[in-house]
Amino acid sequence: MNTMKMLVKREYWENRGGFFWAPIIVSGIALLFSLIASIAGAMLVNEHRSDIKIQDAAEHAAQLGGVGDFALASGVLLMMAVAAFVLFFYAIGSLYDDRRDRSILFWKSMPITDAQMVGSKVAWALLLAPLLSLGIGLILGLAFWTVLLVNAAVSGIPGATDMIAYSHPFRVVATLLAALPVQMLWALPTLGWLMLCSAWARRLPFLWATALPILTGAMISFTDIFSGVAIAHDKVWYVIYRGLASMAPGSWIPTIAKEPDGAFNGPKDLTNLVDITSSWQVFGHADVWIGALIGIAMIVLSVRLRRYRDEG
Amino acid sequence: MSAVVSARNLSKRFDSTIAVDNVSFEIPAGRIVGLIGPNGSGKTTALKAILGLSSYEGQLNVLGFDPHTQRDELMKEVCFIADVAVLPRWISVGEAIDFVAGVHPKFNRKKCEEYLSHTKLKPNTKVKHMSKGMVVQLHLALVMAIDAKLLVLDEPTLGLDILYRKQFYQNLLEDYFDENKTIIVTTHQVEEIEHILTDLMFIRDGKIVLTSSMDEVAERFVEVMVSQDQYAAAKSMNPIDERQVFGKSVMLFDGVARNELSRLGETRNVGIADLFVATMKGTYA
Repeated sequence: MNTMKMLVKREYWENRGGFFWAPIIVSGIALLFSLIASIAGAMLVNEHRSDIKIQDAAEHAAQLGGVGDFALASGVLLMMAVAAFVLFFYAIGSLYDDRRDRSILFWKSMPITDAQMVGSKVAWALLLAPLLSLGIGLILGLAFWTVLLVNAAVSGIPGATDMIAYSHPFRVVATLLAALPVQMLWALPTLGWLMLCSAWARRLPFLWATALPILTGAMISFTDIFSGVAIAHDKVWYVIYRGLASMAPGSWIPTIAKEPDGAFNGPKDLTNLVDITSSWQVFGHADVWIGALIGIAMIVLSVRLRRYRDEG
Repeated sequence: MSAVVSARNLSKRFDSTIAVDNVSFEIPAGRIVGLIGPNGSGKTTALKAILGLSSYEGQLNVLGFDPHTQRDELMKEVCFIADVAVLPRWISVGEAIDFVAGVHPKFNRKKCEEYLSHTKLKPNTKVKHMSKGMVVQLHLALVMAIDAKLLVLDEPTLGLDILYRKQFYQNLLEDYFDENKTIIVTTHQVEEIEHILTDLMFIRDGKIVLTSSMDEVAERFVEVMVSQDQYAAAKSMNPIDERQVFGKSVMLFDGVARNELSRLGETRNVGIADLFVATMKGTYA
C-alpha cells in the first residue's frame, strides 16, 4: 500500500546517513587499507619469491579459492558489523527522536496509524537495512577479491588466476542470504527491547536500554555473596545477551556451534567451519522462538505506548 | 448529527492541577471558532483531547468518533497544527510534499505548491536551514492543501511577520473555508482573526467563560464613549469594564440595549481584544 511505501521512504530520508553513507565511507576506508596492505604484501612476496615451492597444485588452487571466498565474505561481514552498530542506535532513537524534537505532532497529524509507523521502522531494522548492507558488502567483497587477485598475479604467485575458478561466489551469497531469516528472528528480542525503551523513556533511552539490564544482572549476580543463595549466572547473563546483543550479525552462531569435524587445513576449509548452510539448525532450538515472541510482544507494547501516551 | 465537536463534562487533570475543568460545549459544522484564553488557561489541553493526543475524563465526540479510542479513523478527516515549527529538521520541502501527497488522500499538491510559490522556499531547502517563520510557512502550506472536515490550528502564525499573517488568514477564509468545514483556531493576536471568526469561545482557568457567535457578541456587548456629564448615569448602569481614552471614559456594557446607551454618548461594537481584557481581568492577580 502507498502509505507503507511512503513510510519506508521516510525512514530512508531520515537515516540515509546511517543506512547508506556510513557503509560507503567504511567501505572506502577498508578498501584503502586493503590496498596499502596488499602493496606491502606484494613487496614481501617479491623478496621471498625463490622460497615459494608448490608441491600439490590442486591443493594450492583450492587454498587460493578459499582465500577468494574469504575476501568476498569479509566484505559482507564488515558491512553487517557496521549495520549492527547503526541499527542499534537507530532502534534506540526510532521512537524517541521525534518525541524529543516534537515532530511526532506532525506525523500524528497525518492519517497514519502508529502500527504502520512502527512497522516501517521494524522493516528497516530487520530486513531492508541488512539487505542494503548485504548489497554494499558484496560490492566491497568483490573489490577485496579483485585487489587480492591482481595482487597475487602482480607479485607472481604461481597459478594466481586459479582464484577465479576455485572461488565460490554463489555459495557465499546463498549462504549469507539463507542466514538472513535466522538473523531476523534472532534479532527480535533486542530490537523489541530497544524500541520499547525508545518509546517509553522520557529522556536518555540509551541509558535505560543498556544500564537497566546490566545493573539488574549485576545486582542479581551479586546476591550470591549470601551463603545458600545460588544464582544461575549463565542464565541471567544469557537473557541480557539476548536482549542487548542479538542484533549483532551471527550472534546466533554459538547456539549451533560445534567442534569442526575433520582436519582444519588452511583457508579452503574456512567456508566449512562457518558453513552457515547449517544456520537453519537455529530454528530447531526453542531459544530463537521464545526470543522472537518476547520481541514481538515488546514491539506491540511500543506501538501502544506511542499511541496512548500524552504528548506535549 | 450536526455538531462537529461536542464535549460533555470534559476534564483533564495533570497530577494536582486541573487544566480543563468540567466543560461542555458544541461546535457545529461550517464555523470558524476562536478559542481565546490567557497562557495556561487550558486551550492547548482541550485541543489535544479533541485531537486524540491525550486522555481525558468526560465525553467527547469529534465527527462521530471518540478521539481517544478511534483516533486512526478520525485522522482521515481532521488536520491540525498543534505546535509551530514541529516539522522534522532533516526533511526538505520536496520530501515533505512527497510524503503528505503519498499518505494523505485529500492532499492537493498543486494547491500546496501554489502557496509555496509566494514564499522563498525551494524544493531542496531543508527544515534545519529555514528560519522559524519559513518552517511555519511550509507547515501551513501543507495543511492548507488538505481538504479536511475539521482543521485545528493552535497558534498557527507564531513567528510569522504581519504581511504573511494577514495573507494567511485571508487565504484561510477565501480559499480554504466553506460551509462543510470547521476551523478551530487559537492565537494571542486576537485583533487579526476578529474579522474571520464566526464564533468565539473564551477560556479561563480551564473553564469556558464565554461562548457566543460573533453576531451575538455584537448585540450583547456595546462600548460607549461616555461624555463627562453622563459619567454618573453611565456608572449606575454597571459597566463591566471602564478605561480612559484622551480624558474620556470608555465603558463596556453587557446586555444593555443599544438605544438606551446611545443617550450616554457615542456607541460602537467592542473589539475582541477589549472584550477579552475585560473578561480576563484579574487572571494574573
